[in-house]
Amino acid sequence: MSLSFLLAQSVSGLTAAMFLFIVASGLSLIFGVLRVLNFAHGSFYMLGAYAAWQIAQWIGTFTGSFWLAVIGSAIAVALLGGVIERLLLRHLYGREDLYQLLFTYALVLILGDVARVLWGTQQLSVPRPSGLSGSFEIFGTVIPHYNLFIIALGPALAIACWLLLSRTGTGRMIRAAAYDREMLAALGADVGKLYTLMFMAGSFLAGLGGALVTPVRSIVPGMDVDIIVEAFIVVVIGGLGSFWGTFLGALIFGQVLAFGILILPGFSIFAVFALMALVLVVRPSGLLGRPVKG
Amino acid sequence: MQPSLRHRIPWAALMFLAAACVPWLGSRFYTFLATDIAILALFAVSLNLLLGYTGLVSFGHAAYFGIGAYTCAILMKTYGVPFALALIAGTANAAAWALLFGAFCVRSTKIYFSMLTLAFAQIVWAVCFKWNSVTGGEQGFSNIPYPSMDWMDALPLLDGLRSGDKFYLIVLVLTGLAFVLLQRVVGSPFGRVLTAIRENPERAEFVGINVRRYQLAAFVMAGAFAGFAGALFGIFNRGVFPDFAYWAKSAEVLIMVILGGMGHFWGPAVGAAVLIVLNQQITAYTLYWPFILGSILIVLLFVFPGGIVGTLSAGIARVRGRRDA
Amino acid sequence: MLEVYKIRKSFNGFTAVDGVSLAVPARGITAVIGPNGAGKSTLFNLVTGHLRADGGSVALEGRDITTSVPHAICRMGVGRSFQHTNIFRKLTVFENVQAALIAHGGQARNFWGRAEGLYRDETMALLSSLGLAGQANAVGGELSHGVQKQLELGIALASDPKLLLLDEPTAGMSASETREAIRLLERVVAERQLTLLFTEHDMDVVFSIAQKIAVLHQGKLITEGTPAEVRANPEVRRVYLGG
Repeated sequence: MSLSFLLAQSVSGLTAAMFLFIVASGLSLIFGVLRVLNFAHGSFYMLGAYAAWQIAQWIGTFTGSFWLAVIGSAIAVALLGGVIERLLLRHLYGREDLYQLLFTYALVLILGDVARVLWGTQQLSVPRPSGLSGSFEIFGTVIPHYNLFIIALGPALAIACWLLLSRTGTGRMIRAAAYDREMLAALGADVGKLYTLMFMAGSFLAGLGGALVTPVRSIVPGMDVDIIVEAFIVVVIGGLGSFWGTFLGALIFGQVLAFGILILPGFSIFAVFALMALVLVVRPSGLLGRPVKG
Repeated sequence: MQPSLRHRIPWAALMFLAAACVPWLGSRFYTFLATDIAILALFAVSLNLLLGYTGLVSFGHAAYFGIGAYTCAILMKTYGVPFALALIAGTANAAAWALLFGAFCVRSTKIYFSMLTLAFAQIVWAVCFKWNSVTGGEQGFSNIPYPSMDWMDALPLLDGLRSGDKFYLIVLVLTGLAFVLLQRVVGSPFGRVLTAIRENPERAEFVGINVRRYQLAAFVMAGAFAGFAGALFGIFNRGVFPDFAYWAKSAEVLIMVILGGMGHFWGPAVGAAVLIVLNQQITAYTLYWPFILGSILIVLLFVFPGGIVGTLSAGIARVRGRRDA
Repeated sequence: MLEVYKIRKSFNGFTAVDGVSLAVPARGITAVIGPNGAGKSTLFNLVTGHLRADGGSVALEGRDITTSVPHAICRMGVGRSFQHTNIFRKLTVFENVQAALIAHGGQARNFWGRAEGLYRDETMALLSSLGLAGQANAVGGELSHGVQKQLELGIALASDPKLLLLDEPTAGMSASETREAIRLLERVVAERQLTLLFTEHDMDVVFSIAQKIAVLHQGKLITEGTPAEVRANPEVRRVYLGG
């Protein structure tokens, strides 16, 4: 087993982990505040990817066009999330978990078909941004600049979010909500507004992840379902609602996926689910999560 | 007086008799549809033992359907085990795994219970998907033989029926028996205890019920009946595939339960029938079945949370109430 | 009957019950009082196994039950109600009590018999003794708060307990409902020769029926004794009057 192979595997694992972190952190945020396990999060990710492609088509290629498409699509997805939360999801808060789960699953079905109607079933892709199209070689392994950028973006985003959550009033409110819902009302927060805001922020992260992934993975129907399963695993391992837990979960997931293949072909897919089950059995609140009230 | 009369009409028995006539309609398609409905109705009703009666939201019920299907199919095709034995083995294996997984699941509550059932189901799916030498992997496991049904020719009326029709009659009798068993369980003191647990696990614990043990018992029973349904489905389908255990399958059966209504014993069966027929009708016109299904689901959740049977029986009760007044 | 010895419980560094010892004499009525947050409900949950103690012990008729689970404790002859009324909301009044009788009668494992009509006479007898017979077919969750409390008492009595723990039995009741509930409670306790341990915020209720009173404050037992002794205790006065 060569050093170059190990390096290649860990870089690919790390890149996958950071993409996953960006998406899963949104899922975790939504669960933390709204207590809704959002199956449609994967659909928002997929829409983010399609929207980035669409915007890239409209605006053409120029310096910075990729970033414009990425930000534009993330905002578009956030707006869609906001509309869905306000018009529909809101009415299900008082009901049993099952109804909320099935509602978000209904969204998966609907949005999947909407994407098929709008963009067909062909694979689409977006070229890497001009500034990051190169790559470099180390120990015989070729590493694209774009992957490095993603590996750096993940932690940067994590730190930015963490600062936002721990240093601002709204952030503290969100963290309080994640542990004790009753406290929210006591703090005098406008709960309705906070929920909409959080659902939009979570959707934004899903859309951002989807848009950023377009230069590395092709955009296809079905990417929504693939990512949601992975994101679930990540947030469960790290701890539902725990921000750094999600980060850790993503890292573990990426490495298990990258190196599990060495143990047994087909082992990784089994290993990640087994890991998820193990965490739920031993420590249901996840590696870094705290048990939640209510 | 009148309600009690109405109560005495044996609807289930009449339905069973009507269903038994399907092979003589002469259409392969109707027999196919009826077999599909009978098996999936049992699958949905088995889930409702957890969902509607015990209050446990399983998001991985397809695992036991899949285990039953694979066990029965592999035994019959690879090892040439007779149908009756393979069916029992499939059911028992599903129950055994439900016991093992369930023992962990019932220690968690609410969303964590759902997530854990999902995780275990995905493990089952991953095994089916990747264990090529035994399960056929991604390609599944096809060309499963029909059981030998020659003995049926000796029975009056059945001589000369197609294999599909004969197998349908076997399915109908077996699922009919399973329904009788399940209904008996639901109406038993044990069933009453499950309802008490659904309503209030904390209170149930403090009338002296070992809540986790009863939840586990329900989980195993539900798993066994799902395995039974899965075993029949594999043969009906002439093949078993990893999809059987995939989470989308678990979601599908959940939708059947909600569509029919989880507050009534036959609700999920009605849900299964309606969903299957709708699917057949709609996919003939459009590729966008998921869109339709999602829209139905949303209307259901917002407008008719009691499902078809729940809404109908509420309507009937209102009409009756008005007439009595 | 019940001996609690130096029991302790804290949550995330906050000590809710701090080394409380309490003896509940058989066939007596004992009250636990104290301001909100004194640890009354936590104490109850420790006794009935809903919470695991950090230290100390609980014994029921000389048998250690410190680490027993709730359903086992219930089977040893302890019944209880909860502070927030805890019934089977979607079941009828009849079914509420019947479910408890099924569990108590060892019928819970019977998955082949018919639940309908099982223990009909026993259920109706218990319901009439609580004045609930007329509402047997009403759905539990649709009853008034006070009636739900009575129903919960019925559920607790169905398992034929020797020791009954009631958490705020008259909470949320009007003055007349309270009077009636207390009269009923006294009668039931006398008829069934129960040992009663209860918490209550209404001091009139406490002093009218309790034979022994224990006072908790900030997780500690500050005094116990007869109503007269407790009434005279200066520390109790200080705690309640906030002086």
